[in-house]
Amino acid sequence: MSITGTTTPRFARGMRLREDPARARWVVVGPERLFVPDDIALEILRLLDGTRRVDAIVDELAARYAAPRDAIAADVLALLTDLHAKGVLTA
Amino acid sequence: MTPPAPLGLLAELTHRCPLRCPYCSNPTELSRASAELDTETWGRVFREAAALGVLQLHLSGGEPAARRDLPEIVAHATAAGLYSNLITSGVLLDAARLKVLARAGLDHVQLSVQDAEETSADRISGLRGGHARKLAFARAVHEADLPLTLNAVVHRQNLDRLGDLIELATTLGATRLEVAHVQYYGWALRNRDALLPSRAQLEAATETVTTARVTLKGRLVIDYVVPDYYARRPKACMGGWGRSFIAVSPAGRVLPCHAAESLPGFDFLNVRDASLSEIWTHSDAFQRYRGTGWMPEPCRGCDRREIDWGGCRCQAFALTGNATNTDPACALSADHHLLDLAVQDAAVAGGNFTYREMGPTIATG
Repeated sequence: MSITGTTTPRFARGMRLREDPARARWVVVGPERLFVPDDIALEILRLLDGTRRVDAIVDELAARYAAPRDAIAADVLALLTDLHAKGVLTA
Repeated sequence: MTPPAPLGLLAELTHRCPLRCPYCSNPTELSRASAELDTETWGRVFREAAALGVLQLHLSGGEPAARRDLPEIVAHATAAGLYSNLITSGVLLDAARLKVLARAGLDHVQLSVQDAEETSADRISGLRGGHARKLAFARAVHEADLPLTLNAVVHRQNLDRLGDLIELATTLGATRLEVAHVQYYGWALRNRDALLPSRAQLEAATETVTTARVTLKGRLVIDYVVPDYYARRPKACMGGWGRSFIAVSPAGRVLPCHAAESLPGFDFLNVRDASLSEIWTHSDAFQRYRGTGWMPEPCRGCDRREIDWGGCRCQAFALTGNATNTDPACALSADHHLLDLAVQDAAVAGGNFTYREMGPTIATG
């Protein structure tokens, strides 16, 4: 299954987005896994609430940054597809 | 110089275990039940670890469920804000006990299986009926809505069924499969002749994993690393000595890796006597092989010295008698031929195991 505008991605069971206070950053922790999102990825991951569809996430970010929707959509899909393949997200 | 903060803590709650795997990674000298840290001390260790920067906690052993206070221990981990992973054989936990652990905040379960085929699995673990109990436990994990990783230690006597192991992982609802080749120190070294795979087996296994990774993309993540005996370069054992990982033994000794107690000439400090932070930052044991200053040639001048950190100290000691030597898994090591010799010996050896025997101290739940 691939990620499209109409999928509703969420964190897979056992994957948690949390603060890492000792290193002043946010991380996704899972079993034997640790992902350190960059600032853009973190903005995207914070919008995953299990109800928002990819389209809605793109709309939100395009509005927030007054940026072209196509460019945002490409970034969002690339990130979500990658994290889905790595088992961090389910859709 | 201040070392980086550790990310992971391995809490070896007990050495007690109902299984008798011939590749057991616990030290040949086991801690007695009476010497084990109590619940409250583990709680303090978890809080100290979190303050130090640890994010992930692995509750292991032996079989951690041999401890009756496992739910309280998990609750301490949750209160400390650690991501808790239970590394278990599954044979001492039923659905009811697992639910108690889930309510205490357990984040993840890693279940070991010895083979995909029942008779062989039970022979390897030395526990009749063990495999069936593991399968029942995996279903309980699923019902408790906990994420599951299946861990399969592979070797000559089960590697040909790797495809079946992958299928078992998906059938049991695991989202991750860890395929770990036996590491030959401690007890496993005694059984090396019966366990080392052939190169042909290894190539077939690598092919199986490569194919499965494609077909199961997005459903099952497969962790698989080529074993040392067929590698050209060593692994960065524990991500480098004293760089990202702390292990605490059942009796409270703080180790840079769970097997380090097998190394001579160390005085490993105990959490009963010093804080985790002090031990991590200043103790001789953690300083000794930290960084690159301790390295002999060929590591010292090697451009990979901060990639593999010289490999595994326990393997260097087990095979060369000197823990400071370059890991013989490296093709640049003067002792690299020892691995080829072992492979040749194993190719003509039989498959009988030397099982380890434990005291009759297993708690039932």
